[in-house]
Amino acid sequence: MSRLRRSMMFVPGNNPGMIRDAHIYGSDCIMFDLEDSVSINEKDAARFLVYKALTSLKYGKKELVVRINDLGSGLGVTDLEAMVRAQPDVIRLPKTETAQDVTDCETEIARIEREIGLPEGKTKMMAAIESAKGVLNAYDIARSSSRLIGIALGAEDYVTDLRTTRSPEGIELLFARSMIVNAARAAGIAALDTVYSDVNNEEGFIAEATLIKKLGFDGKSIINPRQIEPLHRVFTPTEKDIIKAKAIMEAIAEAELRGSGVASLNGKMIDKPVVERARYMIERASSLRIPIEEV
Amino acid sequence: MSFDMNKIPHIGEVSAVHGAYDINAPVKKDTMTLKERQLMHNKMIGSIEEAIRFVGLKDGMTISFHHHFRNGDFVVNQVMEVIARMGFKNLTLAASSLTDIHEPLIEHIKNGVVTHIETSGLRGKLAEAVSHGLMDFPIIFRSHGGRAAAIETGELHIDVAFLGAPSCDPYGNANGYNRDNEEGSCCGSLGYAKLDAIMADKCVIITDNIVPFPNAPFGIPESQVDCIVKVDSVGDPKGIMSGATRYTKNPKELLIAKMAADVIEASGYFNDGFSMQMGSGGASLATARFLREKMIAKNIKARFALGGITGQIVEMHEEGLIGKILDVQSFDLVAANSLKNNRFHQQIDASYYASYVNRGAAVNQLDFVILSALEVDTDFNINVLTGSDGVIRGAIGGHPDTAAGASLTIVVAPLTRGRIPSVVDKVNTIVTPGKTVDVLVTDQGVAVNPNRPEIAERLIAADIPVFPIEKLKARAERIVGTPAPIQYEDRIVGVVMYRDNSVIDVIRQVKDVSLDD
Amino acid sequence: MQIVTTGVAGTMESSDIMVRIEPSEHEGIELTLESAVMQQFGKQIERVIKDTLKELGVASAVVNAVDKGALDCTIAARVSAAAYRAAKRTDYVWNGGVNK
Repeated sequence: MSRLRRSMMFVPGNNPGMIRDAHIYGSDCIMFDLEDSVSINEKDAARFLVYKALTSLKYGKKELVVRINDLGSGLGVTDLEAMVRAQPDVIRLPKTETAQDVTDCETEIARIEREIGLPEGKTKMMAAIESAKGVLNAYDIARSSSRLIGIALGAEDYVTDLRTTRSPEGIELLFARSMIVNAARAAGIAALDTVYSDVNNEEGFIAEATLIKKLGFDGKSIINPRQIEPLHRVFTPTEKDIIKAKAIMEAIAEAELRGSGVASLNGKMIDKPVVERARYMIERASSLRIPIEEV
Repeated sequence: MSFDMNKIPHIGEVSAVHGAYDINAPVKKDTMTLKERQLMHNKMIGSIEEAIRFVGLKDGMTISFHHHFRNGDFVVNQVMEVIARMGFKNLTLAASSLTDIHEPLIEHIKNGVVTHIETSGLRGKLAEAVSHGLMDFPIIFRSHGGRAAAIETGELHIDVAFLGAPSCDPYGNANGYNRDNEEGSCCGSLGYAKLDAIMADKCVIITDNIVPFPNAPFGIPESQVDCIVKVDSVGDPKGIMSGATRYTKNPKELLIAKMAADVIEASGYFNDGFSMQMGSGGASLATARFLREKMIAKNIKARFALGGITGQIVEMHEEGLIGKILDVQSFDLVAANSLKNNRFHQQIDASYYASYVNRGAAVNQLDFVILSALEVDTDFNINVLTGSDGVIRGAIGGHPDTAAGASLTIVVAPLTRGRIPSVVDKVNTIVTPGKTVDVLVTDQGVAVNPNRPEIAERLIAADIPVFPIEKLKARAERIVGTPAPIQYEDRIVGVVMYRDNSVIDVIRQVKDVSLDD
Repeated sequence: MQIVTTGVAGTMESSDIMVRIEPSEHEGIELTLESAVMQQFGKQIERVIKDTLKELGVASAVVNAVDKGALDCTIAARVSAAAYRAAKRTDYVWNGGVNK
């Protein structure tokens, strides 16, 4: 089954307490942040902290992501020197505008991998798209590297670029979201939505999560552990959905057993996309309960 | 007179017969109005000093206080200052609990005014000083139920109780709130003071708010009160209680609370008509919130909630989810106001709450209780009294009482606090014996006491991540490392009593260490 | 690594450690440590600080650390950041290698 990426939790890179506890909340991915959550004077300290944490703490089977500073900031390469060696699963590149941005980053990663004798390509990448130009280049970006596991929307910079602001309904993001999810699907990688920053508004958060799931996103970046459970609830199929999906899969199995290419359920023929959706549904029907792994 | 006293059969054997009524005796009828009379003929006394003389305090006596004013209390310090000034020595101070604000006691101990202390807990500078050997005689720590039992049986004899009250009428009807005015402070229940008032030889009410007779409803009736002193202030309302206890926003506490609610749901004790108590710690309190959702979803209602009461419990009561509230101590203004306004919110005393000599004690009627812990060991023993450095910084409260009484005792704690593991080989101080603790809920897994295999089975069936407690301990150590044991002196500074007033543990003087040791 | 100025890293938040490294006139590490968990972890913290400095090649420094319950990895990270700052250097060496 493909990796679940419903929740990608930001952990400020200069906060030891949060770095230590990041694994207990049950997010699918942990994203250590060296970029916006770290002030310019603490970039070096955060880099040391995340590096030491990644090389000594255990985070179980969680997908570990590090958001580095963009290469143009002059900090990105130093971040990569440390992080490629610390070996998280994924390096997330911010402010991606073109396929070249990804390639530039990949060149550096590959160089460091060679230096330390890692198999080339081991370090995966994610690209965050945060500008009008980036959105228009979404498909090019999405297929720019075989290291890319997904692309993500970063909405705060994007709405500023658009000369608008974020609204509760998110109408201003509809185009970017649609572009990104479409580009990701076309490239066969994951699509991740932006953060919802009003932590105390659970209702608004659930509305947004429901919307982006409907649009086709795999999941969302989050800024507080309290958002994990409601987010996963939105992404977890209902019991009714699962029963239906199982019935579809049974009908298919039965048809195959009969040697018939055509399966039907309750008198209706089952199309291929229906089977596909049912299979996906069952895959995703993992329990809502936070699994506590042996870490 | 139509009868002859001598002809009444057996009249000599009837007690308290004071001869025949004298029809000619002069009648002194009080014709003042209620308002006038209260001002003149009452039990009020001018000052604390006069009250102390009036009740006949002597060296070596035992005096008592309650802790319903928490860290806003001015009563202990005011009374002790006068007592010290009057030159009394060798007193035993038996408070229901003591806290940071009682730091001035250090001087009274140094000067020999107070030589013995009994309390549920100790914090701040006083606790530090005691841990470093301030007193010759060790402090006796009792649970709320243990203290009640000791008082009831006469083993802890109180000579004079000085009981602060947010309202009192001129005859001694005292309460933690009142229905007459909005003045003074408010503490809700006077549960821990009630038993002292009943059992003390002399009872002095200290108040800053005299209301007209009758101050009904009352927590302490006038019949138990010897005199009343009005002071400027019994306490700082802000320190006495907060407006409303808020649910924690700490994600780790919420994680633990949600797991605790899941444990309750799966435990077999979550049935219509259940009873419960929740501690006031962040995670235990937040459990109420998740439990509430489950109660609504499954249409399950609680018969009663017990204990220290918070606004969260009141809210569920007012929503119809909890039938009755038994309140020995109100933790916030919402709870205090509910005690004042809600008919089925009942003030109870410490014996009713938790005394082991009281068969009907409310703790025995608990289906489950959620309690906090500073430390839990692999035998499920609990410490809530001494910090990881061995210094006293907590209170027993009703911990061992509710743990023993409840059918299911759930303890919640983060697996580590900073660099300190909460799950350890041996707790610093045993307050609640592991035999009475059933389930430990941490942010990184649940452990069930091997005494309760049926509970473990039910939790596992509900997909709750249950581990042997040794595994949780090992996990904590993997994160923080193995702590070096704390070093103590031989000297015993505290004796921890179990609720049956047997000694369950002792607290030793802490040793100061530096890197060079 | 030569300590040439005062370098500070870390905060007074829980689970963190604030490390101040200054030049010393003598050989060796002069360490003062204050910790919320002195009894249980004082020796361990001291060892991590000294080992980290040794790894960085700092042979002479006055080190002042105020610990709020930091894990070993946090201590090492803060000492490293403070040392590089105090040495006014940015030629970081990442030792993690390929093994986690």
